[in-house]
Amino acid sequence: MENATLVQLEHVSQIYRSGERRFYAVQDINMEIREGEFVFLLGPSGCGKSTLLRIITGLQAPTEGLVLYRGQPLRGVNPRATIVFQTFALFPWLTVQQNVEIALKARSVPSDIRVPRVLDLLDRVGLDGFESAYPRELSGGMRQKVGFARAMAVEPELLCLDEPFSALDVLSAESLRGELLELWTEGKIPTRAILMVSHNIEEAVLMADRLIIMDKNPGRVISRVTIDLPHPRQRKSPRFLEFVDQVYGILAGQTQPEHIELGAAPGKPGVTRWLPDVHVGNLVGLLERLNETPGDTEDIYQLADDLGVDSDTLLKLVEAAELLGFVTVAKGDITLTPLGEAFSDASILARKEIFATRIRRLPIFQWLLELLRRAEGRKLNWDVVQTALSLELPPTEAEKQLEILVAWGRYGEILAYDDETRIITLELAGGLPVSKDARGG
Amino acid sequence: MMLKKIYFPKQPFRPLRRGDIVVLLSVIALLYLGIRLALRAPAAVAGPEISLHPRGLPYYALRSLLRMAAAYVLSLSFTLVYGYFAAYHQRARQILLPLLDVLQSVPILSFLPVVLLSLSVILPEGVAAELASIVLIFTSQVWNLTFSWYQSLTTIPEELQEASDTFLFNWWIRLKTLELPFATPGLVWNSMMSWAGGWFFLMAAEIFTVGERDFRLPGLGSYLQEAANQGNLPAILWGVGTLIAVIVLLDQLVWRPLVAWSERFTLEMVERDYPVTSWFYNALRSSLLIEKLSRFSAALGERLDAWMLQRWPFAARVRISEEKGGLNLPLLMIGIVFITGVGFGAFNAARLLMQVSPTQWIQIVLGLVATTLRVLISLVIALAWTIPVGVAIGMNPRLSSWLQPLVQTAASIPATALFPIFVLMLLSLPGGLNSAAILLMLMGTQWYLLFNVIAGASTIPQDLRYTTALLRLSRWERWRTLILPALFPYVITGAITASGGAWNASIVAEYIEFGGRTLRTKGIGDLIAFATARGEYPLLLASTIAMIVIVVLINRLFWRRLYQLAEERYRME
Repeated sequence: MENATLVQLEHVSQIYRSGERRFYAVQDINMEIREGEFVFLLGPSGCGKSTLLRIITGLQAPTEGLVLYRGQPLRGVNPRATIVFQTFALFPWLTVQQNVEIALKARSVPSDIRVPRVLDLLDRVGLDGFESAYPRELSGGMRQKVGFARAMAVEPELLCLDEPFSALDVLSAESLRGELLELWTEGKIPTRAILMVSHNIEEAVLMADRLIIMDKNPGRVISRVTIDLPHPRQRKSPRFLEFVDQVYGILAGQTQPEHIELGAAPGKPGVTRWLPDVHVGNLVGLLERLNETPGDTEDIYQLADDLGVDSDTLLKLVEAAELLGFVTVAKGDITLTPLGEAFSDASILARKEIFATRIRRLPIFQWLLELLRRAEGRKLNWDVVQTALSLELPPTEAEKQLEILVAWGRYGEILAYDDETRIITLELAGGLPVSKDARGG
Repeated sequence: MMLKKIYFPKQPFRPLRRGDIVVLLSVIALLYLGIRLALRAPAAVAGPEISLHPRGLPYYALRSLLRMAAAYVLSLSFTLVYGYFAAYHQRARQILLPLLDVLQSVPILSFLPVVLLSLSVILPEGVAAELASIVLIFTSQVWNLTFSWYQSLTTIPEELQEASDTFLFNWWIRLKTLELPFATPGLVWNSMMSWAGGWFFLMAAEIFTVGERDFRLPGLGSYLQEAANQGNLPAILWGVGTLIAVIVLLDQLVWRPLVAWSERFTLEMVERDYPVTSWFYNALRSSLLIEKLSRFSAALGERLDAWMLQRWPFAARVRISEEKGGLNLPLLMIGIVFITGVGFGAFNAARLLMQVSPTQWIQIVLGLVATTLRVLISLVIALAWTIPVGVAIGMNPRLSSWLQPLVQTAASIPATALFPIFVLMLLSLPGGLNSAAILLMLMGTQWYLLFNVIAGASTIPQDLRYTTALLRLSRWERWRTLILPALFPYVITGAITASGGAWNASIVAEYIEFGGRTLRTKGIGDLIAFATARGEYPLLLASTIAMIVIVVLINRLFWRRLYQLAEERYRME
C-alpha cells in the first residue's frame, strides 16, 4: 500500500513499577497504521492491547519509545483520534443528544452548527426518536450506537475502538459490526483509519485488513497477518475459516517439550510459567467434548462454536489443558492425550486424584507446596504468599495467580483455605475434609 | 439507600504520621493565636434583649436561617476548592488530607470563644459575634462535605475520565459535565447532614456568654435559651414549634426536591423501583415560568461555556503518577515561613500549657476517662434500640414508607434546642447530670445510627431472606448468619459519625448554665466549657488538645480498622 502513514510506534514500552521491580505492560512495540486501513490489535486479556490503544491516542505517554502521528511526535491527547469505549463511557446524566453534543461543544462548535449535525448523525446510526432519552433507558446495543455517534461527531482521522462489542449481547454485537463495516467500506465517514482492540478471533477476521497479534507476559507483538478477503466476508467460506484456523494456530502455539512447557518456579532462573485463569469445571467440559470427537482431534476454532465460549476463554482452557498434559496442540489442532482421555472417563473422585498428581508437577505449584511445607503447622497467611509472589509479578497479577493456585489446589484437595482467617493449609495426602467456603469464583 | 460514606485515606496503620504532627502543631498554634487575641478582648459586653413574644419568632427564625445559609455557602465554596486541590495535586494532598482528618476531630465548641473573642478585638461586637457564629456553623458543616467531594473526585470511573480527555474537555466542561454531576448525590446527601449538624451548633453559637461578656445573637437559639431561663413553658413550645416548622419547610421545599432531582446523577444504569418523589419538585418541573427561566439560563450557559473554552483551552488532567518530584523554590520558601510560624505558635502554646497545674492535668485525664465512658455507654444504648427498630423498618417497605418521614423529622430537631427541657426532666433522675449527660449525648447521635441501620437492612437481598426462611433458621440463627453481618458496615459507618457527634456534644452536655444555676459533672467537655466560661485559657487549650488527641487516636486505632474490615468483608455487592 502506498498510502500515507498515520501512526507509527518505534520501540514503545510501558513499564510499571511495583516497589523495586519493573514490569512490562508492553515491550518494544513497533507498528504503523496507514490511511485506509482497518487494523486489529488481537490478543489474550492482559497482553497490553488496551494500554497500547491508550498510548496511540495519547491518553498515556509510553515509558520508552516514540509515538509519531503523521510524522510528528505525539504530545498529549491526539485531537485527531477518538475512542469508542468497551463500557460506552456515556454520561448517564446527559440525554443521548447531549452526550453527542458535548464532544462538539468542547471543541467550541457553536450550537447552530452543532445541533443539526448531531441530529443528522443520530439519524444515520438509527437513533432517531431517542434524542431526549437517557442512556439508562437504552439497550446495550443502542448505548454503543451513541458511543459511535459521539466518536464520529468530531470527524476523527483515526477511530479507535476498545473492544466495543464485548459488553453487548451476541445479536446486537453482530448487527453493530455490520453497520460499522458498511459505514467504513462505503466511505460514509471521513475517518481515514480504524484501530480496533479485540480478543475475538472471528470478529477480527471478519472486519480487519490487518491483524497485529499480541501475547502476554510481557505484552508483545508475536505475529502480523494480512487478511486480503473482499468485503462482505462469508463466515463459512473455506478461505475465511483458513484465516480463523491460522490465527488460532498462532495464539494457541505449539505444545513444547515438557521442560519448556512447564517453565521454571518463581525465583528460579528461566521463565516462570503462570497459570491461565480457568474454572476446573470448564476444563472438564472441554475434555469431555474432545473425548466425544472421533479420533480425539479437533480444529480449535470448531470448539469455540460448540462450547459456546469466546475465543479468549477457549484459548485459556486449551492452555490449561496443555499445561496439565491432557491435550497437545499443533497447527491450530488440539488432540486429547491418553491421560486426558483417562481423566475424562474417570469418576469425580478419581478425576480429583489425577488432577492432583498433574498439578503437583507444575513448578509454581511445587514452589507453593515447598513454602507451605517449611511453614510452621504447614499453613500460611494468604498475604504472606501473595507478598512472596509479588517479587515476581505486579501485585494484582500476584493476587490473581494465588487465587488460581488455591482454586486448583482445593479442587485437587491438596490445599485448604479458610476465608475467615485467610489461612492456606497444606492438606495431608488424602486425609482432611475439603474446606467449605469456596473463595470467589 | 442513603448511606453516608466515610473516607479514610488508604494507608498503612500508624497511630500518628509525620504529617499529623505538623498538622497537630498547626492547630495548636492557631488556637494559641486566637487565645492571645482573646486576652485583649473587652471585659464586659452587653447582649441584646431577647423578646419572648411569639410575634418576634418569624424574625428570629429568619436571622437563624440566614446565618445557616451564609455558613453553608461558605462551606460549599471551601469544599469545592479544597477538595479539588486535594484530589488533583499530590503535594497538596499530603498536607490537606491529614489536616482535614484532624480538623474534623476538633471539638467545634471550644473553638467558639477563641474565634469570637479574637474577632471582637478587630471588629465591632455585633459583627464579630455574627461572624463568629457563622464560622462556627461552618466548622460543623464543612468537613463531611469536603470528604464527600474529595471522594467523588477520586472515584470517578476511569473510562469517563478518559472520555473527557479524548473529547478534549477543558477544566470547566469537565467540572460541569463530569465532576459536579458525579459528586451531586453525595453532596446533596451530605448537605442534608451538614444542615442537621448546623442546627445543632447554631443553638449553641447564638447563646454564647464568656464570663461577663454576653455575645448573644437574636435568633431561635437565643429565644429558646431565654425562654428556658425564665421557665416560660408557652414560649418554649412556641420556639420549638417554630423550629420544627422551619425544618419541615426546608425539607419539603429544598431537600426533598434536591434529592429527587439528584437521582438522575446516579451511575446506575437501571431504573429504581421506588424513586424518591417530591410534590414540590414535580410542581416546579411542570411550571411554565421555570421552563422559560431554564431556557434563558441555558442560553446564558452557552455563552459562559464558549467564553470559558476560549479562556482556558483544553489541557489534559495531570496524572498523579506522572507528576515529577523535585523541589521548587517558592514552595520551599512558603514551607519554611509556614513551619517557622507553626513552630513559634506551638512554642508559645507550650509555654501557655506550662501554666496548667498538675492537679488540672489530673482532672483532664480523669475527664477524658469519664467522657470516654459516657460516649461508649451512649453508643451502646443507641445500638441497643436502633438495631431492632431499624431492622424492622428497613426490612418492611410498607412500614418504612410512613415511618421514614416521621423519623427524619424527629431526627432533624436539633437536640440542643430541647436541652433545657430535657435537663429539667432529667435532673430529677438518680445520678443527676452524670447520667443526664449520657442521654443528652444520645439524643444528638442516635439518629445517625438509626438511618444507617435502616439503610443497611433495606439492602439485604430478598433471595437471601427467602433462603433463611426456607432453611427454617431460628430467629437467633437468622440474625447471626444474615442480618448482623449485612448490617455491620452500616453500623460501623453510623457509629463513627455518632461517636464523633457524642464527643462534641459532651461540651454542651456536661456543663450546663441554666436559669442562673451552673450544673457540672466530671468530663473533658465540662472542663472545656468551664474554662471557656471562666476565661481560663491555659486550661481551655490543654483540655482541647487532649480531646483532639484522644479522638484522633480512637479514630485511627479503632474505627478505621473496623471500617476497613467492614468494607472488605461484609459489603453486599
